[in-house]
Amino acid sequence: MTSKVVHAIYNDDDILMQAVKQVRGEHYHIEEVYTPFPVHGLDKVMGLEPTRIAITAFMYGIVGLSVAVTMMNFIMIEDWPQNIGGKPSFSYIENMPAFVPIMFELTVFFAAHLMVITFYMRSKLWPFKKAENPDVRTTDDHFLMAVDAGNHDIEKLSKFLYDTGALEISIVETDEDH
Amino acid sequence: MYTLPSKLKMFAIIFMVIGALGIVASFLTAPSNTAEVKEMMAAHGDSHGAEHATDTHEVTSDDHGTEVHDVHKEANAHDSEEAHLEHTLHQLQNKPWAALYIACFFFFMIALGVLAFYAVNFAAQAGWSPVLFRVMEAITAYLVPGGIIMFVLLALSGFHINHLFVWADPEVVAHDALLQGKAGWLNGTGLVIRAAIFLGGWILYRMYAVKFSRASEHVDDNRYFKKTFRISAGFLVFFLYTESMMSWDWLMSFDPHWFSTLYGWYILAGMMVCGITTIALITIFLKSQGYLEFVNDSHIHDLAKFMFGFSIFWTYLWFSQFMLIWYANIPEEVTYYITRIEDFKLPFFGMLILNFLFPLLLLMNSDYKRVNWFVVLTGIVILAGHYVDLFVLIMPGTVGTSWFIGLPEISSLLFFFGLFVFVVFTALTKAPLLMKNNPFIKESKNYHY
Repeated sequence: MTSKVVHAIYNDDDILMQAVKQVRGEHYHIEEVYTPFPVHGLDKVMGLEPTRIAITAFMYGIVGLSVAVTMMNFIMIEDWPQNIGGKPSFSYIENMPAFVPIMFELTVFFAAHLMVITFYMRSKLWPFKKAENPDVRTTDDHFLMAVDAGNHDIEKLSKFLYDTGALEISIVETDEDH
Repeated sequence: MYTLPSKLKMFAIIFMVIGALGIVASFLTAPSNTAEVKEMMAAHGDSHGAEHATDTHEVTSDDHGTEVHDVHKEANAHDSEEAHLEHTLHQLQNKPWAALYIACFFFFMIALGVLAFYAVNFAAQAGWSPVLFRVMEAITAYLVPGGIIMFVLLALSGFHINHLFVWADPEVVAHDALLQGKAGWLNGTGLVIRAAIFLGGWILYRMYAVKFSRASEHVDDNRYFKKTFRISAGFLVFFLYTESMMSWDWLMSFDPHWFSTLYGWYILAGMMVCGITTIALITIFLKSQGYLEFVNDSHIHDLAKFMFGFSIFWTYLWFSQFMLIWYANIPEEVTYYITRIEDFKLPFFGMLILNFLFPLLLLMNSDYKRVNWFVVLTGIVILAGHYVDLFVLIMPGTVGTSWFIGLPEISSLLFFFGLFVFVVFTALTKAPLLMKNNPFIKESKNYHY
């Protein structure tokens, strides 16, 4: 089965923002917007949900802290509590100041790295990944809005997009094989 | 223009009167000789005095053989008991003074922290904060009365009218080689001269900064902004040197045998976080009264971020100082922490919860930083935590084991709180709450994060 998508190309982020607002106002469905750089506020205008990656980072940090505490408690206190330079190894709390640098670093390490990996997985990014770029100019100085044609009148949609300030409009047929 | 509500004025005056009465009462009830201390201990059922009594008894009954020896021992025990009472007497006499000193410095430090933050915002040409400058200027107005009281307290302590500074007692110094070695810096005259230079410099900057801020209303170019920019940069250099020396003089010298190199930074961090918290609290208060309609929740969000960041910076310095001394465990340094952990366990570790854990968990979420009551709640916790921080810095060196948060501490706090509110809110009425003719004022009004 194929579906039609209208690609509208803009060359200014302010016009793009305005266009996104108008298209959403007319209740057309925006599939995707491709921009060469982050356009401040675009996510809000498109009505995208806020990211939850900071929450995952917080949880990963707690995991890192737990790993650090468990590891050092086992190694330094339970498994082989040696007297190293007179440091008290009778309980974890007594020797805790010495462990804090490691607790801190592992918290940051887990929070940072696992958050980055989460980002890659959620955005489907990896080496040798095939670039999903409808138009090479969108990585340089053009902005592309892909609007789902659906059951709309394509003529009317194209006309409408042209009025929002699009420079080029093309209709692309995609195979819905995913 | 802001007009001082008469209710607020009454509120501040009531606090001042109650506080002053409490301070006077706490000075009057402080014991004046060892007999009174003994009586107080007996009345409180203090275990210390009781233990001593039984101790001496046991000694006399055990050694029956040598009578001379027995008498000698009894006399010795009696001496040590008298010395102990003398020691406790000094601690109890110090209590109202130390309470006054802590409360006085606490509110002074808020004004000074705000002054430093104000200068930083000018020097950095911050675009978000100019709508808050008038609030900051009003808070720094407390620098003058607060500084004068601070100066009087320092002079009284430096010339040994009270027992706050051990190094100010000539008898102690005569028997203490370490204090003799430090007498070149730690002496009353030096303390007063340095305090005058520090306070003079800070108040001078404040005076000119406010003068330029008022004068800029009547011109249509940026000449006063440029002037403030220049004096702010100069002030920050002066401030970082004098703040560091101030922390040695006014706080570290309570434990004159001890020293730490990052002490000045540590005090600075606490000062900044208290100052920024106070800016946030007063801004939220004024906004709720409808006076700051140009302040939006992004400004509050930024202030809360600073509160969060500086709280963690404070903890970082606190821990760095603690951990280095704990780890190396050099006897001449570590006694500082041993006395605090043994005698002040709850306030010493409790303040870490107030100053670190609370702000860390409450202000981490970006949305919560925009919720006014959340910021107010965290702000109150942070201010309480930093009062305890000062308490743990000063009390061990002045009252030692006789510490308690009672009448002298609370009434001093009430008095200076009333004075602070009175001075700050009176200063707010002196100029419009929105600065005119600041090159960043428009950006600041439209600030959005």
